[in-house]
Amino acid sequence: MIRWLLWLLAGLVLGGIVHLATVLYLPRAAARDAYARLAPITPVNAMVPLPAPTPDGAVVPFLDPAFATAVCRYDLSNGPLKLTAPVSQAYTSVSFYTRQGAAHYAITDRAAGRRVIELDLMTARQRSQLPEEEDVTAADRLIVESPTPTGLIVVRALAPEPSLMPMAQRALAGARCRPQQGAAR
Amino acid sequence: MPHVRERSSGFAFDAKCPGSCTYLMRLLIGSLLCFVIAAAVGLGSTWLAVSHGVTIGALTIGAWTARPKLGTAEIDPYARAEIERRGELPVALGDGITFMAQSDDADNPLDGRCEVTVRGITPQARFFTVTLYDPNGKLVGNVINRYGFTSQELTRNADGSFELAVGPRARPGNWLPTGGIERYLLAIRLYDTPVGIASKAGRETPMPTITTRRCQ
Repeated sequence: MIRWLLWLLAGLVLGGIVHLATVLYLPRAAARDAYARLAPITPVNAMVPLPAPTPDGAVVPFLDPAFATAVCRYDLSNGPLKLTAPVSQAYTSVSFYTRQGAAHYAITDRAAGRRVIELDLMTARQRSQLPEEEDVTAADRLIVESPTPTGLIVVRALAPEPSLMPMAQRALAGARCRPQQGAAR
Repeated sequence: MPHVRERSSGFAFDAKCPGSCTYLMRLLIGSLLCFVIAAAVGLGSTWLAVSHGVTIGALTIGAWTARPKLGTAEIDPYARAEIERRGELPVALGDGITFMAQSDDADNPLDGRCEVTVRGITPQARFFTVTLYDPNGKLVGNVINRYGFTSQELTRNADGSFELAVGPRARPGNWLPTGGIERYLLAIRLYDTPVGIASKAGRETPMPTITTRRCQ
């Protein structure tokens, strides 16, 4: 009897381990995560507008229909990226997601405090290779460190009324993400 | 020979290797049982956790639940597994915060065939939006192509509060059509808001009430 209880206990403990392992492994295994959903329609290191969500479907679920959205699927293996996003009239934000879909940084137009949001995106290693004086002198240069070499930049512009959607989309059309030319050399 | 068989637990081959085979057999059955339990418990609890949502560090105000850490790099593994499974891009914390409701204040699930009223005020934010989704995160089709309201579109009362009618039939004022679907979710997203990880339910975080009035 005791023996069976011991087996039962061992089963429960092992079950706990299986639970932890699967929860931690699942994000890696999810074939339909946001990055995978966006990969077919987004080129690497270029900003593209996302189609507005409709009842028939959307590229990514739970998008806010009041926003125009543009995505840059980034890959930093060939060097840092430069992001510029003009600010729309109402509200603009730039969010950075890791390859696993965790939001690692976000900034709003008000926090950026300018007409154009300008950011440099690089890995921790690329940042450590920056010449020191460049890092210090560029006080107004915003540097975002990406925990993963690949990920997503999502720029969102709010249309406070549906009639303002074309304006929000036009503002986003000016957003760019591209490799820095000769940066950090 | 019969003597040996009587003593054993009844396996025919016991006679050839008394003792050790019984032990092996028990080990085999025991470990099989152990693995079956482990698989059932482990995978079952993972499935439950991911499909029903384990909320760690959730901020619950009335029927609304927000998970501030969802939009940060410190997202917990359960939430991460959940958003990855759904393929969602959560609103980042520096951008805003999402409150979701799947039931009314009396804990009845939100039913698209009922008249539901959302009434009150929201915490301080530069903008907010109210959006209606089906349980899979898709917008719900309707004749007036209305999927949500922004804070600018909502008609307010004199005290700044709003009243939003959510239901299958057209209503004067703020009307969010449900298309008559059985279950839906409401999302209130606050943009550029002080509400975040340190926020608690209280006077600084007023969320609107959700009341089911009448079902057909």
